[in-house]
Amino acid sequence: MITALIFGLSIVALLQFFVSYCRSLIAATGALPLSQQVREVTGIRDGEISGAEFARLLQLARLCPEPGKDRSSIAAVRGYYTLLSAVRAVSGRFIPGVVSWTERELSRCAHFAAVTLDRRITYCRGLMAQQLSN
Amino acid sequence: MSGSFDYVGWIVIPSLQMGVVVCAIWARSFLRFFPLNFYMLVATLFTAARFFTMVQYGVRSSQYFYFYFYSDALLTICLFFALMCLFSHVFQEMGARIYIRIGAILVIGLISAVSYGMVRQAQDKMVTNFAAELSQNLYFVGAVLSYVLWVAIRKLRETRTQLIQLVLALGVYFSAFAASYALSVLYPNSLVWRLVSYAMAIWLPLAWGYTFLRIPEGARLTTARVALGSR
Repeated sequence: MITALIFGLSIVALLQFFVSYCRSLIAATGALPLSQQVREVTGIRDGEISGAEFARLLQLARLCPEPGKDRSSIAAVRGYYTLLSAVRAVSGRFIPGVVSWTERELSRCAHFAAVTLDRRITYCRGLMAQQLSN
Repeated sequence: MSGSFDYVGWIVIPSLQMGVVVCAIWARSFLRFFPLNFYMLVATLFTAARFFTMVQYGVRSSQYFYFYFYSDALLTICLFFALMCLFSHVFQEMGARIYIRIGAILVIGLISAVSYGMVRQAQDKMVTNFAAELSQNLYFVGAVLSYVLWVAIRKLRETRTQLIQLVLALGVYFSAFAASYALSVLYPNSLVWRLVSYAMAIWLPLAWGYTFLRIPEGARLTTARVALGSR
């Protein structure tokens, strides 16, 4: 009984910590505007990015060379995105408020992916400029 | 513990742990978060020592068994002091450092006494059981204390991004281990705890390394935007 209680409490704490950690990663990029370059590449217009764009944006980011610093944060946010999608699918039908909250969070995940893509394109351009100058 | 998956773990995990120390030195945060870096250094040494013990005596030997549980207990104590370091950073302005140190020693003493009380009956395997019990209890208390620290961070409106991310990553680590230990008691034949220990051994160095490398010391974040349930 006590073990089951410890297990339950630990899982709740784990979820809280994980969600908060991912949100801290996303919050750091939330205020960053997207460059014109990324908007052209992805076809994103002004305004909020749809959460459904997340996978496509990450695929585009994977095509660029990695600066080697963002892999762990991408993995964490991808995990958070999967968790949110599962929450929306499971509880969305019963609790209507959850749908709008998850939509907002999924959209923030997509913005994070767009900022990652933006950084990688900038890094890629820097590398090209370096090679050309050599 | 001798599959190719395990051998990758023997190489990847110590490399990541050393990577955290290198990142901290690079970011000039080594001394500021010394207990965290000390834990990573000790963890690297113990991983290497575990590997040599396994090669020397075999994975099913009593030497490896004893060494594994003793080193795990010592590592958990080191991690506990890393958590106390984060506590003293959060309560720095209140001048509560000395109280936190005294509190940490009291909590460790209390957990050791409780763990001893739990295994006192089994005289023949008492020493090993004590090490394992101490680790389990420290993981659970670590998860509880991480949660207390997270609540304090929110109440005190702490804004240092580096500190927030270090605490949250440690919270994930402690609570995942506490859950997996509880699960191993509920389902002794389950292999989930082994998967969790691998995942967490990779998680903590990656998360801390990222924080040291990517988050500047002066970066600020509003906790209200991070906490679960906020908009």
